[in-house]
Formats: sequence, structure tokens, C-alpha cells
Amino acid sequence: MKKGIKTRSYFIALTVLVSIVFFLPSTPAYKYMPQWWKTYLPNKGINLGLDLRGGIHLVLEVEEEKAVENVVERAAINMKEYLNEKKVQIDSIRRSGPTEISIMHSQPGTKDEVSKLTEGFPNFTLKEKKEGETILVLREGEAKRIKESASAQALETIRNRIDQYGVTEPLIQRQAENQIVIQLPGIKEPGRAKELIGKTAILEFKLLDEESPLINQLPPLIPSGDEEKTINEFKDKIPDGDEILFDKIVNAETGKVIKRPYLVKKRTMVSGDLLTDARVSIGEFNEAFVSITFDSAGAKLFDMVTAENVNKHLAIILDGNVYSAPRINERISGGKAQITGNFTTNEANDLAIALRAGALPAPVRIIQDVTVGPTLGGDSIRMGISAGIIGTIAVIAIMAIFYRLSGVIAIFALGLNIILLIGALAALNATLTLPGIAGIILTIGMSVDSNVLIFERIREELRQGKPVRLAIDAGYDKAFLTIIDSHVTTLITALVLFLFGTGPIKGFAVSLSLGVTINLFTSIVGTKVVFDFINSLRRMERLSI
Amino acid sequence: MLEVLGKTNIDFIEKRHIAFVFSGLLILLGFFAFIQIYMGKANLGIDFAGGAAIQLKSDRPVRIDEARSLLEKNGFGDVEFQEFPGANRLLIRIKKQEAIQGRTAEKILELFSDQYRENKFQIESSSEIGPTIGKKLQKDAIVAVTLSMIGIILYIAFRFEFKFGIAAAIATFHDILAVLGVIYILDKEITLLIITALLTLAGYSLSDTVVVFDRIRENLKKRNKETFGQVINSSINQVLGRTFMTGLTSILAVIALYIFGGDVIHDFALTLLIGIIVGTYSSWFIASPILFVWGSSRREGLLKKAYR
Repeated sequence: MKKGIKTRSYFIALTVLVSIVFFLPSTPAYKYMPQWWKTYLPNKGINLGLDLRGGIHLVLEVEEEKAVENVVERAAINMKEYLNEKKVQIDSIRRSGPTEISIMHSQPGTKDEVSKLTEGFPNFTLKEKKEGETILVLREGEAKRIKESASAQALETIRNRIDQYGVTEPLIQRQAENQIVIQLPGIKEPGRAKELIGKTAILEFKLLDEESPLINQLPPLIPSGDEEKTINEFKDKIPDGDEILFDKIVNAETGKVIKRPYLVKKRTMVSGDLLTDARVSIGEFNEAFVSITFDSAGAKLFDMVTAENVNKHLAIILDGNVYSAPRINERISGGKAQITGNFTTNEANDLAIALRAGALPAPVRIIQDVTVGPTLGGDSIRMGISAGIIGTIAVIAIMAIFYRLSGVIAIFALGLNIILLIGALAALNATLTLPGIAGIILTIGMSVDSNVLIFERIREELRQGKPVRLAIDAGYDKAFLTIIDSHVTTLITALVLFLFGTGPIKGFAVSLSLGVTINLFTSIVGTKVVFDFINSLRRMERLSI
Repeated sequence: MLEVLGKTNIDFIEKRHIAFVFSGLLILLGFFAFIQIYMGKANLGIDFAGGAAIQLKSDRPVRIDEARSLLEKNGFGDVEFQEFPGANRLLIRIKKQEAIQGRTAEKILELFSDQYRENKFQIESSSEIGPTIGKKLQKDAIVAVTLSMIGIILYIAFRFEFKFGIAAAIATFHDILAVLGVIYILDKEITLLIITALLTLAGYSLSDTVVVFDRIRENLKKRNKETFGQVINSSINQVLGRTFMTGLTSILAVIALYIFGGDVIHDFALTLLIGIIVGTYSSWFIASPILFVWGSSRREGLLKKAYR
């Protein structure tokens, strides 16, 4: 017997066995395996990609500039109070650019007082100091820091929300500077999940302005979509430090949406970051509302605000929309409040999750959204498998016709190839996508290439009159380098695809490169063993090739 | 021995002028298609151009003209429909949205459910892609193609000789452009999957070329009485059977994908199919003749000496 046939055969058998053990969890047979098997042996199998399993893939972009603007906006409000306390008279203060605050002061002698602001607000520097106007600008490093932390915090918050919503195996990752990738496999109500993830969830309590003459001029109700128009119409009359916000009113019968404008003081009295808890409750008329509990600082603040403003209206505002504006009848101690609005139970539930998980530091925008229903994925798998089977049969037939017995040996290599490829995918816990299945099928077609190269070489050697055994050895030897070269070139392109591809394309690259590598093994080691084995049984006079 | 082609003796070098003219036209077409794609005038998929694609399933069929007017009335401008016969499936493509609106699928589902109350609709899949993502993907795709080209040239230059690397790279580049041109003419949607197919077939066509080059190198060593052209010709002829068989099995697998693989894979398989044919052609008629033209113009002896 030729040296090493046994060793090589055992090695091949071993690789097959290992492949099957790795792949087993992905087959229906796995549930009949004993418990010790499931505990000690590989139990992951192949992951199905979103396109095969159903689910959503989102890419969110965090609007980091907005986070900076928010910080500057808040700083402007704080500066106003700071100057008030120091009894410095100014005409107005407002955010005049993304990172700029402009302060108008006509009173003589205020110029130097105003420029001292940077002492209290060290994150700002003086940009311009003119008679009557001072402009402060946020330090660049600080702006950068805010942006950076906005994305990091958004990721954390979204992860929190998804955890509380309850999704198995979610993938939440930062990509690029300000992008977040979210994959939620097998989710049932994609619309609801998207709504929850994308909600900024900034909760604010602000006082209504009840003294301005404008409140008598504002229309009581406007059609939905006319918000911009209404704001523009009254633009010049809105007092400094006020803004117009809207309440959405849905007619229960017709489903028509109308809006009610409110004149609200810009200053936030209490905000949602002081919450410790938010729960859904059901009221006496079976309506859902959200009860919130403040932390001790929030409770104290809420107590103070309500005590100072009895008989005034306090608007509850979420993401810039007024939910309700109840009257403060008496001082509210104990740090509890309720958010009512025409919620369904699901809406109230999701709002409670968003409030508990906290607000996003900046709004997010969905820039990519791929949703695949569960039925479609199943169809794709079935079609992929049937294409694979038919392709394999066709290749087998061709090989058997042209190369006879040697063709059958090549088919053995092809089978080995498929088993090892599936095993390797499972061992790496790779994600199988639809293009990945295509990659496997393509590998089936291309995998016989190495054997074809070898067989054609053997034929050439036989034509020159070499004895069978020598012809086989020479064929393998001479084809070896060619096979290496052609495989490496394919691997180079597969590698590039892997580096640059996302999602499904990556799956394709993985199947292709694994397929090519395994093919090298099966065609050079796998088939040679069979030839050597047959040869060792009896001296071959003629080769069926 | 069942020979596929038997012993052949085709003069590939002699036919190079015809091949160069034909391939020149293909390359021109490919360049034209590339420029059109780059300017955004070609049939770009939503993954590059941005937009939305929604696959809607219904209990009963919906008439496309009605669906179109329904969507147009509700402010969806550039809409394309594709029907899947017998399945009551409708693929709706909305291209080049200025900004992603979010929830497009939900809005469309609502519109259809409102309009046809007796019919039940369901979203089977949807994707919405903002224009910024598309721009990034375009850039990535170009970088990917360039990088793989460089990788290929380097590897072949390392294994053979620089000239071989350049010739192989030109042939591969020719294949990518030619297939891109054909896909453009067929008005297929250029998607990420098509780009993937292009890179895959680059790898395939290269294997073909490498097999031929390998034989040329081998023959250069032992057949020093023949001219360079003769060596190239006999080398191609010697591996003709292999190229044909591998092409055949690969094509069979791709045809199975094309017919049974489902709609998503359809154009992908078509691209591969065209690519395998073009790739096989180019390793015979482009890569080796380029080597011939280049090698003989600089005294063919030089090339041969290197392998003695």
C-alpha cells in the first residue's frame, strides 16, 4: 500500500466528522440529541442573516450639530439668569449661530460687565466686543466633545430602549463617527420598534405665557400642516423668551388631526432627565397614561415650581409637542406627575420605555432602513436550496459523462467540499445571507475546476504514453502550482469584497473565500487519496478518465 | 476518453486584430456606462441612488395603473412597479428621494389598505436608503474594484513577471467594463449585488487567465525552438479543454441560480453568466495576445531568456 493512504483517509474522515458536529445545531435532527451533547459540543450552528430570517436593519445618523445647538441654547438661557442676578441690564440674548451667542446691550457701561461672562462660562470665548453687542462662541474642543459624547450617549440610550422593549439577539453598533447600526432579527411590529428607537424623548415642563396680548389673537385650532404658517404669521408679536408650540388633537371618529397652538415660555422649569421611573397606568375611563416619578432633585424642583406658580398653566412637552397644559391647582410635593394624551396602551408603554431609558442627546435620522418579513426569508431559503440541488446535479452529470470513474471521484470531492464548507461556516458562526447561498452554489460550479485541471493534465501525460500511476502523480504535481495561482487570485477579490462589503455582501465574500480555500484541500488531498487507494488495490493498466 | 474538444489547433494570435477591435468597442461601451452611472443617469438601484423599495403582498391582484395614480395623488413622484405574475406581489420602487422620510412602507401600506378595503395587504419587505449612504457605497465600490485590481497585478507580477500582471489586469479590467456595458444596455438595475458579481467574475476570469499564463511560462522553458506566438498558441490550445469544462460547470451552476434562485438573485446570476462567457473569451483573445504584442515588440528573446 502506498505510504500514508491510511493517515490521509483518517484525516479526511475526521474533518467530515467535525464538520457534521458543527453543522448539526442548524438541522432539525439537533433536538433529538442528548443533553450532554448540547452542553459540551458546538451548539451554535450557522446564523441566518436578516434577509433570510426576517427583521429590520437600521442605520441611524445622530444629528450631532443639534446636540451642540442644544447646549448653546441652554447656555444662553443660563447666561440671561446669570446677568439678571448680577443686575446687568441687557436688551436681549439669543443664539445667533450654531455655536454663537449674541448679547445686545444698549445701556452704557454694560460692555465690560457682559464680557466678564466668560468667567462664569469658561467653555465660551469672546469673539466680538462692540459697542452695544457682544458675541460669545463655544470653544471648538468643547463642541467636539459634545458631538462625540452625543453619539456615544445615543448608542447607550438606544441599547437601553431595545433591551427594555425585548428583542432577542439585537445588534447595536456604532459605525463611522455619527452613525449607529441596529439589527433586530425576527421582530414582529417593525413600525412600532422604529418609532420607539427614533423618538428623541425630551420631556420638558414649561409655563404658559398668560399675560401677552398675543394669546387672544392666536386661533384656537388650526389644521394639521399649518404650524409653520401660524408661527410665521405671529413671528413679530411673539415676546422675547416665548415660543409657539402645538398640541395634536385626533378626532376619535374620523381620525382627522387638528392642532392647538400654545404660547409657551421658552425656559424649561423641570425636565425629563430628573426622572427615576415612568410607568403605564390605566385611568378610570380605561384610558392609558404615563405616571412619572422624579428623583429627589427633580421632586424638590417640581415642588418649588408648582408652589410658585399656583393657578398658572404648566405645559407638558415631549419632543417639542405639547401633550397637555393642566392648571396647577396647588403645590405638588412627592415628586409624581402624570402625562395624559390620547394614547393607546402600546403608545403609552413605548413612551414609558423611552422616558425610563432617557432622552437622546440629539435627534436621530434614519438613513437606511431595510425590513424583511419572515415569510419572504423562508421562501428565499427554499429557492436557494433548490437552486443548489439542481446546480449540483447538473455538475455531477457533466463530470460523470466526461470523466467516467475519475469524474465520480471528482464528485466525491465536490460532496466533501460542500460538507466541509457548511461545517466551516458553522464553526466560524458565520452569518448566512441570500448572496451567501449564491456564493456556495457558485463554489459548487467552480470547485470542479481544480479536478478538471488535474484530469486534463493526467490525460496529457497518458497521451504521451506514461503508465497510469506515473501519469496520475505527474498530473497532480504539474497542476499543483496552477491551482494555487488560480485560487489565490480568486481569494484576493473575495478578501476585498469582505473588507468593503456590508451585510449580505459580506456573507457572499465569506462563503466564497471559505469555498475556495476548502476546495484547495479537497481537490489536492481528497481525490488523490482515492486514486492512490484504487491504485494500491490492483495495478491499473488503464484509467477510466 | 471522451474528449470535449479533442486536439485543437486554433490560431488565437492571428485573430488578435479582430478581437482587439471587438473588445475595444466593448470597453468603450463599458466606459460610457461607467460615466453614465457616475453621473447618476443610469438605472441605479436604490442602494446607490437612495430611495425606497417596498414589496407588497395582497390577497387579490391590484391593477398597476390604479396603484400608480394612487401613489402619485399622494405625492410619491418617481415610482416604478414590478409585478410577480400569479403571486399577487407588487414591488414598488421610489427613487431619489431628497431626504429619507422614514416610514414610507407604513404610509404606502396605509394608502393601499384605505383605497382597497376589501383587499388585505402585507409588507413582505421594504428598504429605504438615504442618499448619503448611496454616495458612500458608490465610493466604496470604486475603491473595492481599484484595490482588487492592484492586488491582482501585484500577485501575478510576483508569481510571473510584471508584464504578465499588466496583461492579466488589462484583460480583467476589460471583462468588468464589458459586462458593465452589457448590463447597462440590458437596462438592468445597477445594485450592490451587481457590483459584487462584477468583482466575483474578475476573480473567475483571472483564474482562467492564470491557467493559460501558467502554461505559457511552462512551454517557454522547454520549447525554445518555437516563436513566441507559436508558444502562446499551443499553450492556449493545450488548456482549451480545461477552460471549456470549467466554464461549462460554472455556467450550469449559475443557470440553476438564474432560474431557481428567486428574484433577488436573478440579475446577479445573469451578470455572472455574461461574465463567465466574457472572461473565457478574454483569456483566449485578449490577455495572451496582449502578452504577445508587448513581448514581441521588445525582442521576444528577452522574455524567453528569463525562463531558461
